[in-house]
Amino acid sequence: MPELLRFQDVNTHYGDLHVLKDVNYTIGQGEIVSLLGGNACGKSTTMKTIMGVVRPTTGSVIFDGVAIETMSTAERVKRGIAPVLEARRLFPRMTVYENLEMGAYTRKRGPDFNQDLERVYSLFPRVKERLNQVSGTLSGGEQQMVAIGRALMARPRLICMDEPSMGLSPLFVEQVFEIIQEINRQGMTIFMVEQNANMALSIAHRAYVLQTGKVVLSGSAAELRRDPSIREAYLGELQVT
Amino acid sequence: MTFSDLLLQQTINGLSLGAMYALLALGFTLVYGILELINFAHFNVFMVGSFIGMWTLQLMGINGQAVVMTGLPLIGVMLVALFVTMLLSGGLGVVIERLSLRPLRNVKGPAAMITTIGVSYILFNIILLTVGADSKNYPNPLPPIQWALGDAVLRLREVLIWVISVLLMLGLHVFVQRSKMGKAMRATAQDPEAARMMGVEVDRVIIIAFFLGSALAGAGGLIFGLYYNFTSFIIGFTAGLRAFTAAVLGGIGNVPGAMLGGVIIGLVESMGGQFIATEWTDVIIFSILVLVLVFRPSGLMGRVAPNKS
Repeated sequence: MPELLRFQDVNTHYGDLHVLKDVNYTIGQGEIVSLLGGNACGKSTTMKTIMGVVRPTTGSVIFDGVAIETMSTAERVKRGIAPVLEARRLFPRMTVYENLEMGAYTRKRGPDFNQDLERVYSLFPRVKERLNQVSGTLSGGEQQMVAIGRALMARPRLICMDEPSMGLSPLFVEQVFEIIQEINRQGMTIFMVEQNANMALSIAHRAYVLQTGKVVLSGSAAELRRDPSIREAYLGELQVT
Repeated sequence: MTFSDLLLQQTINGLSLGAMYALLALGFTLVYGILELINFAHFNVFMVGSFIGMWTLQLMGINGQAVVMTGLPLIGVMLVALFVTMLLSGGLGVVIERLSLRPLRNVKGPAAMITTIGVSYILFNIILLTVGADSKNYPNPLPPIQWALGDAVLRLREVLIWVISVLLMLGLHVFVQRSKMGKAMRATAQDPEAARMMGVEVDRVIIIAFFLGSALAGAGGLIFGLYYNFTSFIIGFTAGLRAFTAAVLGGIGNVPGAMLGGVIIGLVESMGGQFIATEWTDVIIFSILVLVLVFRPSGLMGRVAPNKS
């Protein structure tokens, strides 16, 4: 499987705080890779490092064979990385349609824009019904659909999702994960940070486990589901709740 | 004059002042919406804009009120004056942003705001030292056409001011609502980090906000000169403070709010001057500012701001 994104010995700092410590990830084309870990272990920093909001102090981020760690966020979006941000982060006083337009911000408006809109509508018929509604008035689940649609509008090659299940009702969580799988079947590579390890491992091909900024475990999702330390630390407690 | 004619006359005056304040208030609101920065340099961009307008009109051979034009030449001269004034004032805003504010972009606290006060004084003193302290007679080629409405008088200059202001505000509204850059501006104002992640180059958005705001301030400066027939290095403070009050009254960061606030402040000024006393104008206007800040800090059209935690 050809590689799409690689972290090579990445270190990041916030001032004196050393967040990511010699981190290595590899994400192949067409994979769903999940990043697991507790609070403040560096998951969100990983996402910010991919998007260029945080720059690594040492190490390299390679996307499609090109080192991108010094590129602007806009340049990365143009190259094909799109985010689904934590807590969705739609533009609350813009309409659903305008939010989708913002997803396609770095692209020239052409016929493929409408194609992509149609694709989003076919994945999320609800979104089409709400096009002219101000996005701040949508329910959490609907907002997540728009957030994923917005990422698709960038026509990306890699979608980075930060906690796609956060704050959603269990019913919606299941729907969102089904959609993620569907998008992946259509060829999209997905890198996903997720607290809900159980759900994440049920759809991911592979996963990394991050602990205080270090990768402590990695492997196929099936392997990790069997791993006793994972079962105890991430799966067990979540199955109870 | 009967009471209703007085009321009509002061409505005409107030709408003219209000149009000018609204143009100026939009600049505060555009920059605040994106940077959460109160740009006090804006006061004197308005003042410099008024001088740019004066020089442009003089370069076209119009001195004082001696040259009177009509028809197409008048429209042409006004369009050129407006265009040059807005372009150069907008450019001034961009230079201010690049030189004095961008280096402070990531500095927390009031450093950027205090810098804008410093820039304001620099502009003020540049004009004072180069042009002098005396008021300048403003070139005005408008013919003395006026219409009597009862005892009230509507002059051509007021109509011109309304037309210019309404067109500029409509243009801004369409730009902000419909254009790609306008949408990027709104997105950046609502969530700068998310906008950046969509590929919006936030520095460019900021430049455009400064350009547009300053260009509108320049147009306001030109209107000031055409309305009062003079300009001077000191006009920025009073007009700037009143326009700032207008922006806060409407809800700072809110574009239609700035327009509404400008019109209200203009009407308060003219009505207050007529029915109370001009000495009390500033007392009334700034009392409104205080009352708004106490009872409705988000302004008439502003959203109730959520606590940022």
